[in-house]
Amino acid sequence: MDRYTEQRLFGLLARASAALIIAVLLLVVGVTLYRGGRVFLTDPTVAITPPGSRYMLDGGGGFLHAVLGSIFIVVPATVIATIMSLSTAVFLQSDYSSERTSDVINMFLNVLWGTPPIVYGVFVLTVIIAVGAQTSLIFGVVAIAIFQYPIMTRYADEALRSAPDAVKEASYGLGATRFETARVTVRAALPGVIAGIIMGFARGIGDAATVLFTAGRSTQMPGGPFEPATTLPILIFEQAASFNAEVRSHAYAASFVLIVAVLALIVASKLLAGRYARFTPGG
Amino acid sequence: MTHDIALRTEDLEVTYTGNREVTALNGVSVDFAANKLTAIIGPSGCGKSTLLKSLNRLHEIQPNAEISGDVYLGDESVYDTDEPLPEIRRRVGYVPQKPTPLPVSIYNNVAYGPKIHGDHSKAELDDIVETQLRKVNLWEEVNDRLDAPGAELSTGQIQRLCLARSLAAEPEVLLCDEVTSALDPISAEQVEETLADLKSEYTIVMVTHSMEQAKRLADDVVFLYLGDLVERNDARSFFENPQNERTREFVKGHTAVEYDDADGADESEPESTTAQTVSAE
Repeated sequence: MDRYTEQRLFGLLARASAALIIAVLLLVVGVTLYRGGRVFLTDPTVAITPPGSRYMLDGGGGFLHAVLGSIFIVVPATVIATIMSLSTAVFLQSDYSSERTSDVINMFLNVLWGTPPIVYGVFVLTVIIAVGAQTSLIFGVVAIAIFQYPIMTRYADEALRSAPDAVKEASYGLGATRFETARVTVRAALPGVIAGIIMGFARGIGDAATVLFTAGRSTQMPGGPFEPATTLPILIFEQAASFNAEVRSHAYAASFVLIVAVLALIVASKLLAGRYARFTPGG
Repeated sequence: MTHDIALRTEDLEVTYTGNREVTALNGVSVDFAANKLTAIIGPSGCGKSTLLKSLNRLHEIQPNAEISGDVYLGDESVYDTDEPLPEIRRRVGYVPQKPTPLPVSIYNNVAYGPKIHGDHSKAELDDIVETQLRKVNLWEEVNDRLDAPGAELSTGQIQRLCLARSLAAEPEVLLCDEVTSALDPISAEQVEETLADLKSEYTIVMVTHSMEQAKRLADDVVFLYLGDLVERNDARSFFENPQNERTREFVKGHTAVEYDDADGADESEPESTTAQTVSAE
């Protein structure tokens, strides 16, 4: 094959794979938005109505319990995971750790990253049983935070590492302490750090396995941190498996809410990151 | 020499213990006169930056640097002291080679030092920011956009901002690491003018690649070669009547052939510099 045919062939393949990705995305998002949108057109309040007492059987009421459950579980979990992962990422930089230490910690983080979320769910369940508690919202928060932690740490670590060394040098050169310098470095790496936080949030809000055994699959409104709760992904799984056609159609409405939330987050993170990128040296 | 000594090193030895051990400074003892500008010159890899950074212990932020000997700020030891490290670095400020704004606004770049080192009212900070920006001739250019990111200025403006930022921390000594090497000629000239204005008020130690710059700005010159102090003298005697054979060659080599600041030949191996000196003769 001559080099120009080779080049054309490769160009064709590259374009085809891009088209495939976009087509699949459009199909998934499109179908969800279309079928979910239809539910909202006939019953616009379905996402803000508490479920009836026999919701899974007759579709009476809506799924506000899962929307609230998702918010009450994933928002605090993201806050906790952000604090933990930022601290870890700062610790992994050369100001605090030797290269050897950070290599070892990074290896463990990679293992955590690759651990299937259901394992975290089972782990937290073991803790729940050991302390004699019941599945409840607070354990969902813990499980999601553990799940988000390696993802967000990785993003933050990469972002901090790619912040220019000169920023660090300048800060120390002005007589800043290690902690003050860390704050400056985080500020310089903020676009990447924000991207990591949003990615963690999006992964957390979309994960079912971690919540299944920890917060449970409650079909009632969340009653408090020590009461069972559920999240949208679990709800969608249960709705889609329902015998009732109306409940099954609600699965699309719930997916609609989830997808719109994730899309909105990604757009918001782009805007936020862009705002802070103006301040980043050389950015 | 009769003038006051602001800073002096005593048998300073720095070794980098990375994959291979490199001795960057070989027992250097040198004085830096108060309220003068001392230029450190020498071929690349001769320990100029290491000497500069060891003056306020900034080399310690990179791992694997071992040091012996001492530096004295006035009469106080910089290494053998109870004073916290950030305090020392406030007193001996540092301006990096690459113009790097902190990731905050122009105003906060200048206010950063004062903010971390003490409590100031908003009015005091406003005053400091204006004073320091005027000192580096930047105030007129930026006073209408103090809240804009420092990163949005031009490279030359950023370097003057860095100077103002260091001055705002009220250092006794200012270390400048090739502060004009990343700048275009016009910006470099502006920074040089600023330094010339500042040198009566501050003790400035400046690393430079450019002999011409050293000639224009320096009161004293320190010549390093492969980690050794070769010669230290006032600028006039240094350039007109070098005492050491090696200095003579270096000065000659760099003035017989006009090198550009950013010229690679200037920054290459020490051997080639010697070779050029020979060929220039």
